[in-house]
Amino acid sequence: MDASAQRPARIGRRSFLDRVLTVGLAALGAAIAYPIISYLIPPKVKEVIHASVVAAKASDLAANSGKIFLFANKPAIVLRTPDNEVRAFTAVCTHLACTVQYRSDFRHIWCACHDGHYDLHGQVLSGPPPRPLEEYKVTLKGDDIIVSRG
Amino acid sequence: MSLRDWLDDRLRFRQAAAFLHKKDVPVHRHAVGYYTGGITLFFFLIQVITGLLLLMYYRPSSDAAYESVRFITSTVRFGWLVRSVHVWSANLMVLAVFLHLAVTFFGRAYRRPRELTWISGALLLLITLTFAFTGYLLPWNTLAYFATKVGTEIAGDVPLVGKAVLVLLRGSEDVTEATLTRFFGIHVAILPALTTVLLGLHLLLVQIHGMSRPISVPPGGRSEPFYPHFVLRDLVVWVVLLGIVATLATFVPWPLGEKADPLAPAPAGIKPEWYFLFMFQTLRLLPGRLLGIEGEMLGVIAFALAGGILLLVPFLDVWAQRERSHRLVTLIGMVALAFVVGMTVWGMVTD
Repeated sequence: MDASAQRPARIGRRSFLDRVLTVGLAALGAAIAYPIISYLIPPKVKEVIHASVVAAKASDLAANSGKIFLFANKPAIVLRTPDNEVRAFTAVCTHLACTVQYRSDFRHIWCACHDGHYDLHGQVLSGPPPRPLEEYKVTLKGDDIIVSRG
Repeated sequence: MSLRDWLDDRLRFRQAAAFLHKKDVPVHRHAVGYYTGGITLFFFLIQVITGLLLLMYYRPSSDAAYESVRFITSTVRFGWLVRSVHVWSANLMVLAVFLHLAVTFFGRAYRRPRELTWISGALLLLITLTFAFTGYLLPWNTLAYFATKVGTEIAGDVPLVGKAVLVLLRGSEDVTEATLTRFFGIHVAILPALTTVLLGLHLLLVQIHGMSRPISVPPGGRSEPFYPHFVLRDLVVWVVLLGIVATLATFVPWPLGEKADPLAPAPAGIKPEWYFLFMFQTLRLLPGRLLGIEGEMLGVIAFALAGGILLLVPFLDVWAQRERSHRLVTLIGMVALAFVVGMTVWGMVTD
Protein backbone atom coordinates (compact mmCIF):
# COMPACT_ATOMS: atom_id res chain seq x y z
CA MET A 1 0.00 0.00 0.00
CA ASP A 2 1.25 3.45 -0.77
CA ALA A 3 1.28 6.38 1.65
CA SER A 4 -1.74 8.13 0.14
CA ALA A 5 -3.93 5.08 0.83
CA GLN A 6 -2.94 5.02 4.50
CA ARG A 7 -3.50 8.68 5.15
CA PRO A 8 -7.29 8.84 5.13
CA ALA A 9 -7.37 5.88 7.54
CA ARG A 10 -5.21 7.77 10.07
CA ILE A 11 -7.39 10.88 9.86
CA GLY A 12 -10.41 8.62 10.32
CA ARG A 13 -9.01 7.24 13.56
CA ARG A 14 -8.28 10.73 14.82
CA SER A 15 -11.77 12.05 14.11
CA PHE A 16 -13.20 8.85 15.56
CA LEU A 17 -11.34 9.50 18.83
CA ASP A 18 -12.51 13.12 18.72
CA ARG A 19 -16.08 11.91 18.43
CA VAL A 20 -15.69 9.39 21.24
CA LEU A 21 -14.26 12.13 23.44
CA THR A 22 -17.07 14.54 22.54
CA VAL A 23 -19.75 11.95 23.26
CA GLY A 24 -17.97 11.01 26.50
CA LEU A 25 -17.80 14.62 27.66
CA ALA A 26 -21.44 15.19 26.71
CA ALA A 27 -22.40 12.10 28.73
CA LEU A 28 -20.36 13.38 31.67
CA GLY A 29 -22.05 16.76 31.39
CA ALA A 30 -25.47 15.12 31.32
CA ALA A 31 -24.57 12.91 34.29
CA ILE A 32 -23.70 16.05 36.25
CA ALA A 33 -26.60 18.18 35.03
CA TYR A 34 -29.33 15.58 35.56
CA PRO A 35 -28.98 15.24 39.37
CA ILE A 36 -28.55 19.02 39.73
CA ILE A 37 -31.70 19.84 37.76
CA SER A 38 -33.67 17.11 39.56
CA TYR A 39 -32.42 18.47 42.88
CA LEU A 40 -33.60 21.98 42.07
CA ILE A 41 -37.16 20.84 41.34
CA PRO A 42 -38.84 21.21 44.74
CA PRO A 43 -40.21 17.91 46.04
CA LYS A 44 -43.94 17.64 46.62
CA VAL A 45 -44.60 18.11 50.29
CA LYS A 46 -47.62 16.20 51.50
CA GLU A 47 -50.06 18.75 52.82
CA VAL A 48 -52.73 17.76 55.26
CA ILE A 49 -55.82 19.37 53.78
CA HIS A 50 -58.83 19.26 56.01
CA ALA A 51 -62.22 19.21 54.36
CA SER A 52 -63.50 21.70 56.91
CA VAL A 53 -62.05 24.10 59.44
CA VAL A 54 -63.32 26.09 62.41
CA ALA A 55 -62.95 29.60 61.05
CA ALA A 56 -64.02 31.64 64.07
CA LYS A 57 -66.28 31.78 67.10
CA ALA A 58 -69.72 33.07 66.15
CA SER A 59 -69.81 35.22 69.28
CA ASP A 60 -66.49 36.90 68.31
CA LEU A 61 -67.69 37.93 64.87
CA ALA A 62 -69.71 41.14 65.12
CA ALA A 63 -72.10 42.24 62.41
CA ASN A 64 -70.45 44.25 59.60
CA SER A 65 -67.00 42.71 60.24
CA GLY A 66 -64.76 40.03 58.83
CA LYS A 67 -61.88 37.78 59.79
CA ILE A 68 -59.10 36.14 57.78
CA PHE A 69 -58.37 32.47 58.52
CA LEU A 70 -56.37 29.68 56.91
CA PHE A 71 -58.24 27.13 54.82
CA ALA A 72 -56.37 24.47 52.81
CA ASN A 73 -53.15 26.46 53.32
CA LYS A 74 -54.58 29.56 51.69
CA PRO A 75 -56.14 32.65 53.26
CA ALA A 76 -59.92 32.72 53.43
CA ILE A 77 -62.30 35.29 54.84
CA VAL A 78 -65.36 34.81 57.01
CA LEU A 79 -67.66 37.75 57.48
CA ARG A 80 -70.93 38.72 59.12
CA THR A 81 -73.03 40.97 56.93
CA PRO A 82 -74.83 44.03 58.34
CA ASP A 83 -77.95 41.83 58.01
CA ASN A 84 -76.37 39.34 60.41
CA GLU A 85 -75.66 36.62 57.85
CA VAL A 86 -72.39 34.66 58.06
CA ARG A 87 -70.60 33.93 54.79
CA ALA A 88 -67.12 32.69 53.83
CA PHE A 89 -65.04 33.17 50.68
CA THR A 90 -61.54 32.62 49.52
CA ALA A 91 -59.50 35.67 50.48
CA VAL A 92 -57.25 35.35 47.42
CA CYS A 93 -58.14 38.14 45.02
CA THR A 94 -58.84 36.82 41.53
CA HIS A 95 -56.78 39.64 40.00
CA LEU A 96 -53.19 39.15 41.24
CA ALA A 97 -53.68 36.98 44.34
CA CYS A 98 -53.42 39.65 47.07
CA THR A 99 -55.33 38.92 50.28
CA VAL A 100 -58.63 40.80 50.40
CA GLN A 101 -60.21 42.33 53.53
CA TYR A 102 -63.64 43.30 54.83
CA ARG A 103 -64.16 47.06 54.94
CA SER A 104 -66.79 48.04 57.49
CA ASP A 105 -66.99 51.55 56.03
CA PHE A 106 -67.67 50.22 52.50
CA ARG A 107 -69.84 47.39 53.89
CA HIS A 108 -68.23 44.97 51.41
CA ILE A 109 -64.99 43.15 50.54
CA TRP A 110 -62.10 45.16 49.18
CA CYS A 111 -58.65 44.39 47.82
CA ALA A 112 -56.04 47.00 48.67
CA CYS A 113 -53.52 46.13 45.96
CA HIS A 114 -55.42 47.46 42.93
CA ASP A 115 -58.65 48.75 44.45
CA GLY A 116 -60.85 45.78 43.66
CA HIS A 117 -64.34 45.78 45.17
CA TYR A 118 -66.48 42.66 45.78
CA ASP A 119 -70.01 42.62 47.12
CA LEU A 120 -71.25 40.48 49.98
CA HIS A 121 -71.73 37.52 47.61
CA GLY A 122 -68.17 37.74 46.29
CA GLN A 123 -69.29 39.28 42.97
CA VAL A 124 -67.07 41.95 41.45
CA LEU A 125 -68.45 45.46 41.96
CA SER A 126 -65.60 47.44 40.42
CA GLY A 127 -61.88 47.36 39.78
CA PRO A 128 -59.65 44.89 37.90
CA PRO A 129 -60.71 41.47 39.35
CA PRO A 130 -61.80 39.25 36.44
CA ARG A 131 -63.86 36.70 38.42
CA PRO A 132 -65.92 36.61 41.62
CA LEU A 133 -64.44 35.16 44.84
CA GLU A 134 -65.21 31.48 45.40
CA GLU A 135 -67.78 31.09 48.18
CA TYR A 136 -67.45 28.41 50.85
CA LYS A 137 -70.16 26.58 52.76
CA VAL A 138 -70.75 27.85 56.31
CA THR A 139 -72.22 25.66 59.04
CA LEU A 140 -72.92 26.86 62.56
CA LYS A 141 -72.32 24.26 65.24
CA GLY A 142 -72.84 25.70 68.68
CA ASP A 143 -70.53 28.72 68.81
CA ASP A 144 -68.21 27.40 66.04
CA ILE A 145 -68.36 28.70 62.51
CA ILE A 146 -67.35 25.70 60.41
CA VAL A 147 -66.25 26.37 56.85
CA SER A 148 -66.06 23.72 54.12
CA ARG A 149 -66.00 23.64 50.36
CA GLY A 150 -69.49 24.07 49.00
CA MET B 1 -15.11 44.83 11.85
CA SER B 2 -15.98 41.38 13.19
CA LEU B 3 -17.81 40.88 16.46
CA ARG B 4 -14.62 39.33 17.82
CA ASP B 5 -12.63 42.48 17.08
CA TRP B 6 -15.40 44.68 18.47
CA LEU B 7 -15.42 42.75 21.73
CA ASP B 8 -11.63 42.61 21.91
CA ASP B 9 -11.47 46.39 21.54
CA ARG B 10 -13.54 46.68 24.69
CA LEU B 11 -12.62 43.61 26.75
CA ARG B 12 -8.98 43.18 25.64
CA PHE B 13 -9.35 39.41 26.04
CA ARG B 14 -6.53 38.73 23.57
CA GLN B 15 -4.13 40.36 25.97
CA ALA B 16 -5.59 38.28 28.81
CA ALA B 17 -5.29 35.13 26.71
CA ALA B 18 -1.66 35.95 25.91
CA PHE B 19 -1.03 36.41 29.65
CA LEU B 20 -2.61 33.02 30.38
CA HIS B 21 -0.64 31.34 27.59
CA LYS B 22 2.83 32.43 28.54
CA LYS B 23 3.21 30.12 31.58
CA ASP B 24 5.56 27.12 31.35
CA VAL B 25 5.60 24.12 33.64
CA PRO B 26 9.02 22.60 34.43
CA VAL B 27 9.32 18.89 33.66
CA HIS B 28 11.20 16.81 36.24
CA ARG B 29 10.73 13.80 38.49
CA HIS B 30 8.89 15.78 41.21
CA ALA B 31 6.48 17.36 38.70
CA VAL B 32 3.59 15.28 40.05
CA GLY B 33 3.50 17.75 42.95
CA TYR B 34 2.18 20.41 40.59
CA TYR B 35 -1.17 18.64 40.54
CA THR B 36 -1.86 19.24 44.25
CA GLY B 37 -2.86 22.89 43.76
CA GLY B 38 -5.23 22.09 40.91
CA ILE B 39 -6.72 19.21 42.91
CA THR B 40 -7.41 21.58 45.82
CA LEU B 41 -9.01 24.05 43.42
CA PHE B 42 -11.19 21.29 41.95
CA PHE B 43 -12.51 20.24 45.35
CA PHE B 44 -13.12 23.90 46.17
CA LEU B 45 -15.21 24.30 43.00
CA ILE B 46 -17.24 21.21 43.97
CA GLN B 47 -17.79 22.81 47.38
CA VAL B 48 -19.06 26.01 45.78
CA ILE B 49 -21.51 24.20 43.51
CA THR B 50 -22.85 21.69 46.07
CA GLY B 51 -22.87 24.42 48.75
CA LEU B 52 -25.07 26.65 46.59
CA LEU B 53 -27.37 23.69 46.00
CA LEU B 54 -27.63 22.93 49.73
CA LEU B 55 -28.52 26.58 50.35
CA MET B 56 -31.71 26.06 48.32
CA TYR B 57 -33.21 23.93 51.11
CA TYR B 58 -31.11 24.49 54.24
CA ARG B 59 -32.62 26.55 57.10
CA PRO B 60 -30.23 27.92 59.73
CA SER B 61 -32.19 27.72 62.96
CA SER B 62 -31.99 25.30 65.85
CA ASP B 63 -35.59 24.22 65.22
CA ALA B 64 -35.24 23.66 61.51
CA ALA B 65 -31.56 23.02 60.65
CA TYR B 66 -31.51 19.28 61.40
CA GLU B 67 -34.94 18.74 59.86
CA SER B 68 -33.99 20.66 56.71
CA VAL B 69 -30.83 18.55 56.23
CA ARG B 70 -32.91 15.42 56.78
CA PHE B 71 -35.40 16.74 54.24
CA ILE B 72 -32.53 17.21 51.78
CA THR B 73 -31.14 13.71 52.30
CA SER B 74 -34.46 11.87 52.40
CA THR B 75 -36.98 13.78 50.27
CA VAL B 76 -35.22 16.03 47.75
CA ARG B 77 -34.25 14.13 44.60
CA PHE B 78 -30.48 13.48 44.65
CA GLY B 79 -30.33 15.46 47.91
CA TRP B 80 -28.46 12.58 49.55
CA LEU B 81 -25.91 12.78 46.74
CA VAL B 82 -25.45 16.55 46.94
CA ARG B 83 -25.01 16.51 50.72
CA SER B 84 -22.73 13.49 50.68
CA VAL B 85 -20.57 14.94 47.90
CA HIS B 86 -20.31 18.20 49.87
CA VAL B 87 -19.04 16.38 52.98
CA TRP B 88 -16.70 14.01 51.13
CA SER B 89 -15.29 16.72 48.94
CA ALA B 90 -14.76 18.90 52.02
CA ASN B 91 -12.68 16.18 53.66
CA LEU B 92 -10.72 15.51 50.48
CA MET B 93 -10.14 19.24 50.04
CA VAL B 94 -8.58 19.49 53.49
CA LEU B 95 -6.37 16.51 52.60
CA ALA B 96 -5.42 18.14 49.29
CA VAL B 97 -4.55 21.40 51.07
CA PHE B 98 -2.23 19.56 53.47
CA LEU B 99 -0.59 17.71 50.54
CA HIS B 100 -0.15 20.99 48.66
CA LEU B 101 1.41 22.50 51.78
CA ALA B 102 3.88 19.60 52.12
CA VAL B 103 4.86 19.70 48.43
CA THR B 104 5.43 23.45 48.39
CA PHE B 105 7.26 23.40 51.71
CA PHE B 106 9.74 20.65 50.90
CA GLY B 107 10.29 22.08 47.41
CA ARG B 108 11.01 25.49 49.00
CA ALA B 109 8.45 26.99 46.62
CA TYR B 110 8.21 30.03 48.90
CA ARG B 111 11.62 31.41 47.97
CA ARG B 112 11.93 34.73 46.17
CA PRO B 113 9.78 36.01 44.44
CA ARG B 114 6.97 33.74 45.74
CA GLU B 115 6.80 34.85 49.39
CA LEU B 116 3.33 36.36 48.97
CA THR B 117 2.10 33.27 47.14
CA TRP B 118 3.08 31.28 50.22
CA ILE B 119 1.46 33.72 52.66
CA SER B 120 -1.81 33.82 50.70
CA GLY B 121 -1.68 30.02 50.62
CA ALA B 122 -1.11 29.76 54.37
CA LEU B 123 -4.08 32.08 54.94
CA LEU B 124 -6.17 29.94 52.58
CA LEU B 125 -5.22 26.91 54.70
CA LEU B 126 -6.55 28.70 57.76
CA ILE B 127 -9.72 29.64 55.87
CA THR B 128 -10.17 26.03 54.72
CA LEU B 129 -10.00 24.78 58.30
CA THR B 130 -12.46 27.49 59.39
CA PHE B 131 -14.77 26.43 56.56
CA ALA B 132 -14.58 22.87 57.86
CA PHE B 133 -15.15 23.87 61.47
CA THR B 134 -18.14 26.14 60.80
CA GLY B 135 -19.72 23.83 58.22
CA TYR B 136 -19.54 20.90 60.62
CA LEU B 137 -22.05 22.55 62.99
CA LEU B 138 -24.67 23.36 60.37
CA PRO B 139 -26.58 20.01 60.41
CA TRP B 140 -27.09 20.67 64.13
CA ASN B 141 -26.50 17.08 65.22
CA THR B 142 -25.13 15.83 68.52
CA LEU B 143 -21.54 15.30 67.33
CA ALA B 144 -21.41 18.73 65.71
CA TYR B 145 -22.91 20.38 68.77
CA PHE B 146 -20.29 18.98 71.15
CA ALA B 147 -17.42 19.41 68.67
CA THR B 148 -18.32 23.09 68.45
CA LYS B 149 -18.64 23.36 72.20
CA VAL B 150 -15.16 21.88 72.76
CA GLY B 151 -13.60 23.70 69.81
CA THR B 152 -14.82 27.13 70.84
CA GLU B 153 -13.92 26.35 74.46
CA ILE B 154 -10.32 25.79 73.31
CA ALA B 155 -10.37 29.18 71.56
CA GLY B 156 -11.42 30.53 74.94
CA ASP B 157 -8.05 29.35 76.32
CA VAL B 158 -6.12 31.94 74.32
CA PRO B 159 -4.56 34.29 76.90
CA LEU B 160 -6.13 37.73 77.51
CA VAL B 161 -8.57 37.78 74.56
CA GLY B 162 -9.82 34.19 74.96
CA LYS B 163 -13.10 34.96 76.68
CA ALA B 164 -13.96 37.72 74.20
CA VAL B 165 -13.09 35.43 71.26
CA LEU B 166 -15.30 32.72 72.73
CA VAL B 167 -18.34 34.99 73.03
CA LEU B 168 -17.62 36.49 69.62
CA LEU B 169 -17.50 33.03 68.02
CA ARG B 170 -20.54 31.67 69.80
CA GLY B 171 -22.66 34.78 69.60
CA SER B 172 -23.52 34.09 73.25
CA GLU B 173 -22.02 32.51 76.35
CA ASP B 174 -23.04 29.03 75.21
CA VAL B 175 -23.42 27.16 71.95
CA THR B 176 -26.98 28.12 71.02
CA GLU B 177 -29.03 29.05 68.00
CA ALA B 178 -27.04 32.31 67.96
CA THR B 179 -23.92 30.20 67.30
CA LEU B 180 -25.66 28.37 64.48
CA THR B 181 -26.74 31.54 62.64
CA ARG B 182 -23.29 33.03 63.23
CA PHE B 183 -21.46 29.97 61.87
CA PHE B 184 -23.89 29.91 58.96
CA GLY B 185 -23.09 33.54 58.11
CA ILE B 186 -19.35 32.87 58.41
CA HIS B 187 -19.59 29.69 56.34
CA VAL B 188 -21.69 31.00 53.44
CA ALA B 189 -20.79 34.69 53.27
CA ILE B 190 -17.65 35.84 55.10
CA LEU B 191 -15.35 32.95 54.22
CA PRO B 192 -16.42 32.76 50.56
CA ALA B 193 -15.76 36.50 50.24
CA LEU B 194 -12.31 36.19 51.84
CA THR B 195 -11.55 33.12 49.73
CA THR B 196 -12.49 34.89 46.51
CA VAL B 197 -9.98 37.65 47.22
CA LEU B 198 -7.16 35.43 48.51
CA LEU B 199 -7.63 32.66 45.97
CA GLY B 200 -7.73 35.26 43.20
CA LEU B 201 -4.45 36.70 44.47
CA HIS B 202 -2.92 33.24 44.91
CA LEU B 203 -3.79 32.15 41.35
CA LEU B 204 -2.73 35.50 39.88
CA LEU B 205 0.65 35.17 41.57
CA VAL B 206 1.06 31.61 40.29
CA GLN B 207 0.28 32.92 36.81
CA ILE B 208 2.74 35.82 37.12
CA HIS B 209 5.65 33.79 38.52
CA GLY B 210 4.86 30.42 36.95
CA MET B 211 5.28 27.07 38.68
CA SER B 212 8.19 26.97 41.10
CA ARG B 213 11.05 24.64 40.32
CA PRO B 214 11.79 22.54 43.44
CA ILE B 215 15.12 23.54 44.97
CA SER B 216 16.56 20.05 44.43
CA VAL B 217 16.04 20.33 40.67
CA PRO B 218 18.86 22.19 38.90
CA PRO B 219 17.74 25.17 36.81
CA GLY B 220 17.72 25.09 33.03
CA GLY B 221 15.84 21.81 32.64
CA ARG B 222 13.05 20.94 30.26
CA SER B 223 9.64 22.59 30.49
CA GLU B 224 6.29 22.35 28.71
CA PRO B 225 3.56 24.92 28.07
CA PHE B 226 0.90 25.15 30.78
CA TYR B 227 -1.75 25.39 28.07
CA PRO B 228 -2.76 23.01 26.62
CA HIS B 229 -0.31 20.31 27.81
CA PHE B 230 -0.61 20.64 31.56
CA VAL B 231 -4.22 21.85 31.61
CA LEU B 232 -5.45 18.80 29.72
CA ARG B 233 -3.70 16.40 32.10
CA ASP B 234 -5.07 18.46 35.01
CA LEU B 235 -8.58 17.98 33.58
CA VAL B 236 -8.06 14.22 33.30
CA VAL B 237 -7.11 14.17 37.00
CA TRP B 238 -10.25 16.20 37.79
CA VAL B 239 -12.51 13.77 35.95
CA VAL B 240 -10.95 10.84 37.82
CA LEU B 241 -11.39 12.67 41.15
CA LEU B 242 -15.02 13.46 40.32
CA GLY B 243 -15.53 9.74 39.81
CA ILE B 244 -13.89 8.98 43.15
CA VAL B 245 -15.98 11.56 45.01
CA ALA B 246 -19.22 10.39 43.39
CA THR B 247 -18.37 6.76 44.22
CA LEU B 248 -17.54 7.54 47.84
CA ALA B 249 -20.65 9.70 48.24
CA THR B 250 -22.84 6.95 46.83
CA PHE B 251 -21.41 3.91 48.58
CA VAL B 252 -20.25 5.51 51.84
CA PRO B 253 -22.95 8.10 52.54
CA TRP B 254 -22.21 10.47 55.37
CA PRO B 255 -24.49 9.78 58.35
CA LEU B 256 -26.62 12.63 59.68
CA GLY B 257 -26.62 11.44 63.30
CA GLU B 258 -29.05 12.45 66.02
CA LYS B 259 -30.49 15.91 66.42
CA ALA B 260 -28.52 18.02 68.92
CA ASP B 261 -30.04 18.16 72.38
CA PRO B 262 -28.43 20.78 74.64
CA LEU B 263 -29.65 18.89 77.69
CA ALA B 264 -28.23 15.51 76.70
CA PRO B 265 -24.81 14.42 78.00
CA ALA B 266 -21.89 14.25 75.56
CA PRO B 267 -21.68 10.84 73.88
CA ALA B 268 -18.77 8.58 74.95
CA GLY B 269 -15.59 8.57 72.83
CA ILE B 270 -16.44 11.87 71.13
CA LYS B 271 -13.63 13.12 68.88
CA PRO B 272 -13.16 15.95 66.42
CA GLU B 273 -12.82 15.30 62.69
CA TRP B 274 -9.50 13.80 61.60
CA TYR B 275 -7.97 17.13 60.51
CA PHE B 276 -8.27 18.54 64.04
CA LEU B 277 -7.32 15.29 65.75
CA PHE B 278 -3.60 16.07 66.12
CA MET B 279 -4.38 19.24 68.08
CA PHE B 280 -7.03 17.46 70.15
CA GLN B 281 -4.65 14.60 70.97
CA THR B 282 -1.80 16.98 71.90
CA LEU B 283 -3.99 19.02 74.22
CA ARG B 284 -5.26 15.82 75.81
CA LEU B 285 -1.71 14.64 76.57
CA LEU B 286 -0.60 17.88 78.20
CA PRO B 287 -0.55 17.82 82.01
CA GLY B 288 -2.96 20.02 83.94
CA ARG B 289 -0.25 22.49 84.87
CA LEU B 290 2.97 23.10 83.01
CA LEU B 291 5.63 25.81 83.60
CA GLY B 292 3.30 27.49 86.06
CA ILE B 293 0.37 27.95 83.66
CA GLU B 294 -2.50 25.77 82.52
CA GLY B 295 -1.31 22.99 80.22
CA GLU B 296 -4.20 23.54 77.83
CA MET B 297 -3.37 27.23 77.50
CA LEU B 298 0.29 26.41 76.84
CA GLY B 299 -0.76 24.03 74.06
CA VAL B 300 -2.99 26.65 72.47
CA ILE B 301 -0.15 29.20 72.61
CA ALA B 302 2.22 26.68 71.03
CA PHE B 303 -0.19 25.97 68.14
CA ALA B 304 -0.75 29.70 67.60
CA LEU B 305 3.04 30.20 67.48
CA ALA B 306 3.40 27.30 65.04
CA GLY B 307 0.79 28.94 62.83
CA GLY B 308 2.71 32.22 62.93
CA ILE B 309 5.95 30.43 62.04
CA LEU B 310 4.23 28.68 59.14
CA LEU B 311 3.05 32.03 57.83
CA LEU B 312 6.55 33.53 58.02
CA VAL B 313 8.48 30.54 56.61
CA PRO B 314 9.64 32.46 53.49
CA PHE B 315 11.42 35.00 55.71
CA LEU B 316 12.73 32.55 58.30
CA ASP B 317 14.37 30.23 55.77
CA VAL B 318 17.26 32.57 54.93
CA TRP B 319 19.12 29.81 53.08
CA ALA B 320 16.37 29.24 50.55
CA GLN B 321 16.50 32.94 49.67
CA ARG B 322 20.06 32.25 48.46
CA GLU B 323 18.92 29.16 46.52
CA ARG B 324 20.38 26.85 49.16
CA SER B 325 18.51 23.91 50.58
CA HIS B 326 19.42 23.68 54.26
CA ARG B 327 19.09 20.37 56.09
CA LEU B 328 17.71 22.05 59.20
CA VAL B 329 14.63 23.29 57.32
CA THR B 330 13.99 19.81 55.91
CA LEU B 331 14.48 18.33 59.36
CA ILE B 332 12.01 20.76 60.99
CA GLY B 333 9.51 19.99 58.24
CA MET B 334 9.96 16.25 58.72
CA VAL B 335 9.57 16.52 62.50
CA ALA B 336 6.42 18.66 62.12
CA LEU B 337 4.98 16.21 59.58
CA ALA B 338 5.82 13.21 61.77
CA PHE B 339 4.26 14.97 64.76
CA VAL B 340 1.01 15.76 62.94
CA VAL B 341 0.71 12.31 61.38
CA GLY B 342 1.76 10.54 64.60
CA MET B 343 -0.65 12.49 66.80
CA THR B 344 -3.48 11.96 64.29
CA VAL B 345 -2.92 8.20 64.24
CA TRP B 346 -2.57 8.12 68.02
CA GLY B 347 -5.80 10.07 68.36
CA MET B 348 -7.54 7.64 66.02
CA VAL B 349 -6.53 4.48 67.87
CA THR B 350 -7.25 5.73 71.41
CA ASP B 351 -10.75 6.24 72.73
